[in-house]
Parts: sequence; structure tokens; C-alpha cells
Amino acid sequence: MEVCVMCLAVPVQVARIQGSTGWVRTAAGEVRVDLTLVPQVRVGDWVLVHAGFALQVLDEEEARRSLEEWRRAVEHL
Amino acid sequence: MEGVVSLAHGDGGLATRELLREVFLKYLDDPALRRLEDSARVDFPGPCLVLTTDAFVVSPLFFPGGDIGCLSVYGTVNDLCCLGADPLFLTASFVLEEGLRLADLERIVASMAQATRRVGVRLVAGDTKVVPRGMADGLYVTTSGVGHIPPGTDLRPERISPGDRILVSGTIGDHGVAVLAARHRLLEGEATLASDCGPVHRLAGAARRFAPGLKVMRDPTRGGLATVLKELAEAGRCDLLVEEEALPTDPAAAAVAELLGLDLLYLASEGKLVAVAAPEAADAILQAWRQLPEGQRASCVGEVREGSGRVLLKTALGGTRELHLVTGEPLPRIC
Amino acid sequence: MPSNIFEAFSDPQLGRRLLAHLRELVGDEPMLMMEVCGTHTVAVSRAGLRSLIRPLELRSGPGCPVCVTDDSDLAAVVRLAKTERVTVATYGDMLRVPSSAGSLAEARAAGADVRVVYSALEGLKLAQQRREREVVLVAVGFETTAPGAALAARRAVERGVSNFSMVSLHKLIPPALQALLSPGRAALRGLLLPGHVSTVIGSRAFEFLSREFALPAAVAGFEPLDILGALITLVRAAKAGHPAVYNCYRRAVRPQGNPRARALLEEVFRPAPARWRGLGVVPDSGLVLREEYSAVDAARRFGIVPEESMPAPGCRCGEVLLGRIIPPECPLFGNGCTPGAPRGPCMVSSEGSCQAYYRYERGGELVGRRG
Repeated sequence: MEVCVMCLAVPVQVARIQGSTGWVRTAAGEVRVDLTLVPQVRVGDWVLVHAGFALQVLDEEEARRSLEEWRRAVEHL
Repeated sequence: MEGVVSLAHGDGGLATRELLREVFLKYLDDPALRRLEDSARVDFPGPCLVLTTDAFVVSPLFFPGGDIGCLSVYGTVNDLCCLGADPLFLTASFVLEEGLRLADLERIVASMAQATRRVGVRLVAGDTKVVPRGMADGLYVTTSGVGHIPPGTDLRPERISPGDRILVSGTIGDHGVAVLAARHRLLEGEATLASDCGPVHRLAGAARRFAPGLKVMRDPTRGGLATVLKELAEAGRCDLLVEEEALPTDPAAAAVAELLGLDLLYLASEGKLVAVAAPEAADAILQAWRQLPEGQRASCVGEVREGSGRVLLKTALGGTRELHLVTGEPLPRIC
Repeated sequence: MPSNIFEAFSDPQLGRRLLAHLRELVGDEPMLMMEVCGTHTVAVSRAGLRSLIRPLELRSGPGCPVCVTDDSDLAAVVRLAKTERVTVATYGDMLRVPSSAGSLAEARAAGADVRVVYSALEGLKLAQQRREREVVLVAVGFETTAPGAALAARRAVERGVSNFSMVSLHKLIPPALQALLSPGRAALRGLLLPGHVSTVIGSRAFEFLSREFALPAAVAGFEPLDILGALITLVRAAKAGHPAVYNCYRRAVRPQGNPRARALLEEVFRPAPARWRGLGVVPDSGLVLREEYSAVDAARRFGIVPEESMPAPGCRCGEVLLGRIIPPECPLFGNGCTPGAPRGPCMVSSEGSCQAYYRYERGGELVGRRG
């Protein structure tokens, strides 16, 4: 059961930034991640982390919209 | 203490005696052990002996929540407790790597001593060997334990019957995740993730009060809850149905498990109990467990059904899938 | 109440309702769709979804980067591992994949130095810590993982870490889909597209699917709600005959993807033909290191030349990867091929279809199907 991190990526919040290195807050403590791929990131942003890298800054507004859309789709049930 | 373990420490003569006196006996203070004889003579309360042994090869030696020392005590004690025994005596054998820092050895031995006191078990005999650098990663410890089962105690999976409830004393998978996170140095600064390394003697004692409703107990170590349940289902020749949403998990452990792509169901706990009990006994056991600090998250996670040895998981979405024994290379050096 | 909006994507209550709605839309009509990404394969199976959505059938495609690595490439790496002074750094999954030269795990048991790393940068760090070893990273992965390897390559060159190199076995998804569908899309009605690959390459990269194959495709995230939401979109589109690329993972995927990541890939790698298990050689579907990065090119440094090789007899991973058969249809499934003793990568990779079926789909037809 060796771990595979092929496409696994989790949303975490950025707590600190120092150059292209960041520390994200998880329920377990801070994890260091490389921010080279997301130069626009700011403290407080949520990012998708994969194999030690932040891959993308997550859009909270779009998240809300997706959830809204799905909630509306099942209203009739 | 300064310096490192040297091959001389394993000479069986003066250097060994010095090591024993200055490190081991400094903390492991037992009259039988102090005699430094090859065997220990002890008084035993009555018939029905429980014996167990375990080797501990965990890496790293020190991890958040514990170390190889206390783990080697609790691991063996817990195995005795699961059968309903009162843990009484331990032996410990050490294989030390040349170059192991004596300060680290001291910490480990001190931790073992503290663990034995916490449980009230006597460490009465031991052995140390030293191997050349590179032949053991720091150190390996093997502990054996002896306990006494009160007459009439009958805890075994064959007693499981349909309608029984499946209980866990707390959050699952904490130890496995904590050790992996420590090994890969995943977390920095103040980490809230820790191994649950600890004794289950109070939990076991509380549950035993409700025999004969209590059918069997196990501690979910290597292989995790899923593996223990699979063993119980097969030995008990029934099906166990578990609700995914009822499984207690620690948010820190869950977060790291997700980050590493791991399944908490298959990761070790080192301070938890799984019990199968008839419904009324189950309620009483849960209540008793929740009174203890180590049982705050005790939960009923499922029930026993007629069957043939399967473990079925009802997922949060309402689907059901079967849990199998994990195959292939297990996560190395977790215990 | 979730503490952040992203946790809501695993809300079981909304999930159950989306599932009910999906079943409503599917009705009685059997439909065949494919999920391309190995992580989707596992997510679907783990949530118990595959059997819950019938008669909508979800088949797995060539989305497990370990599984699609050809035997010849892996065998070459295993042979390299047996070289003096070489330390092979690999992502965990590759360790036990069998090859005609044995597996990396077998090589390790026989004395080779093989280490598991979680990221390309961890591999670079290993090289910096062990200067006396030649550390070779087995760089497997799709567009999600390749940027990390690109960064490791760039840093190795910048810092002059001369004992680090990588075997680039990276592969690209769009050309593979092109190759998969070219012979004709058969009964396929829709595609579930990999969410994190799309984070890098953008949803626009998949527009050829509707243009050339008239196939509806949905970029999806990996939480149960993401998968269900995307399937709902796909079923609607398939029934209405509206082929298009639908971005159902907009919180993470932009039409143009991640420009910084794409630029990095452009800088370090160039597309080249690559041999895929199951698909054979696909033009422009692999990434090789550019000339400027030849210093970290293990293929060059060690003269690695993959030899033509045959997969294990009876192994049908190739057909599983194309979705031509489902794992239980392989005669070796559970019968000589298990995760503990795998004959092919699909059974040993944690994202392989056969392993997903073996762990999560056996015995699945159990307690109360519909409801």
C-alpha cells in the first residue's frame, strides 16, 4: 500500500509566504509547499497542493456557484 | 549521557554491565531485573497464563506522541489486555546498533520505564546485544509479556453472533499517519498530529465488567481496523457491516491521510480497542469508555450479520463495498 | 457546518440527492461512458458509485500513468537500478510493477538502492544529500506531475547538482485520447476528464473532443459531488446530443489552465513520440528533456535504450487500459494476478483499474442495490 500521489491534490489555505516557498495550514499543522507555479498567490488564498507543489489558486466564488447550481438541480426531489 | 553505543558494550562482560547499570537499571527499577541474572523468578496468581511477544522496528525511533520504547511496552501489554488478561510481567530484548547515541538510548529506556509504571506491569528480565554499524537501524526491541486471565473469561471471535454491535474506543489510524508524517518530515512547526501510542488496560478492564455480553476484543495495530474486522469476521464466520459515517477520525490524521493518499481504515492505531458485544452490553461499554479520557470518541461503528466472513462498508453515498485484506507491500516500519 | 467552502464538496447529503437525480436522468437507458483519470477510477469505486449508477456504465481508460508506462521503459529502469553507485528515486507506485527485467522492489531486495520519494524535489534533495551516488528520478506522470519534475530539472541545473538526473517517462493526455478515439468512438457517449491535468493544461485543451469526435466531455474534480455533478452534465448532454467540453471543476480549472506551469513545461520539455502500454507508439504524446537540460537527462548519461519487450503472457492490461474489457473479464483477474502477486501494472498501481476493482468492486453487488 505504498502511497501514490499521481493526481491527488487537496485544497489547503496559505498561512505564510517567503519568496516562492509557502506554508499551508492543515488540520495537522503547517506543511511546506512550493509556490513557484502560482506567483499570484496571497496569504489567505486557498490552493490545490499536489506532490509538494501548489498547482492552482482556488476560486471560492466559483466553488459557491457550483454548489448553488447543484443544489438547485436537486430541489425538486 | 554522552557518547555512543560501541561493539564493546555487547561483550557480555564489564562494558555490558556498565551499560546495564548506567542506562537500563537507572530507569527500569525492578528487584528481579536488578539481579542481572539470565532468568527471573516471579510469583503467579493462578492457572491460565496469557503469553505474547512482539518485535518493534519502528522508524523513526522518536515520533510525535511516542517512541519505540513506550511503543514496545504498550504494544505487548495491549495484546495481553485484548484477551481479557491482567498484564503482569514483561521481558525486553534489545539489539543496539554500534553508533547509537547513548542519550537516545537513555530517552528510550526512560520512556519504557515510565510506560511500565503507568500500566503497573513489571519488566523483570532483559537482554542486550550490539551489532556493527549498519546492521540495525538504531535499535530494535522485542518485548514478551505474560498476563493472568481470571477463570471464566471467554473472549474469542467464535462467540460473535448476528445482532452484536461493533465498537471502537476512539479515532482510527492515528499512529500510522503520525509515523509516516514524521518519517517524511511532512509537518513543520506546531503539529497537532500525534500517535495514539498508549495502554488500553483501562478500556479493556471497563469492557470486561460486561462479560458475558462482551464477545471479543482486539487492538487495531498493523493493518488497521479493516484488517482486524476481517480477521474477526472470518474466525467468527459471520459478516460485519460497518457504516463509513460512524467511523471516528481525528481531523489532523484525516488531513494528512488525504494529503498522502492513505486510507485510515488500514492504518495502525496503538492505543485503541475494538470490541464486539451484544446490544445491551455494547451500550454499557460505550458509556464506560466515554468516561475515560482515552475513550472520549468511543463509537458504535456497525453490527454483525449472518454471513461468511465478509466485511462490508456502507459508504456515505449509500453504496456498499466489501473491505478486503490489504495485499502487497504494507507500509514499512510503522510498529 | 463545514469550516470552509471546499469541504462542502464531500457533503454526503447533497451527494445522495445528486445521485438520486442522476439515476432519474439515466432512467432505464444503458449508456457507456469513460473516466480517463486513475484518480477518478479509485474515487468512483471507493464511493461505491460504479454499481449505484447503473445502467450508466463507467469504464476506465488510460489514465493511470504507472499503468501506461510501457514494459520496455520500466525494464530499462530496472536494469539501471542494478548499476553500481546508482540510486533510483521513484514514486511509490512504480516499486512493485512487474517488468520483463523484474520489478524495482525485486531489484531492491537483491541489493539495488531504490528509494521512494513523494515528489521530484524530494528526489533532488536526495541527490544533494548523497553526493557520492548517482540519483536517478523515475519521472512518471501526466501533466499534473510534470511541472514539479520540470522545476526539479531547472533547479538541478541552476545549482549544479551534477549527480541528479531523470528518466522522463511523462505522458500527455490529449494525444492519448486522440489515439484512443481515432479508430472510432464505438458506443462511448461521454468522457469524464481528469480534473488536475486540466488545472495545468486548461479545459480548452480538450475542445477537439467535441469538434472531431462529437463527444460530450466534462472536466471533473474528485470529490463525490464533483463526479456526480459532472455525470449529470454528461448524461444531459449525451441525451440531448450536445457535444461540448463542460468545465465542471471551475473552482480549480481555467480555460487556459495554469500559464506558469505550461511555460515551465515548454521550457524544460518538448513533446516526442512515446510508447504507451495498450496504445503503442503515439506521436507527440511524451515529454523529453530539451537540449538545454541534457545535463539532467539520465537516458543520455547512462545510454538508456529501451529494448522491445513483451508483456507477461496472458496479461491483458493493454485492453483494460483502452476500456475494451473490464478487469474481471481478464482471465488472470484474481486468478494468478492479485495486488500481492501482480502480473501487470493495472493490478499493482494504486490507481490501476484492476486494483480498484479488486479492492473495491469485488463483492460489491450486495446489500440493496437501488435504494
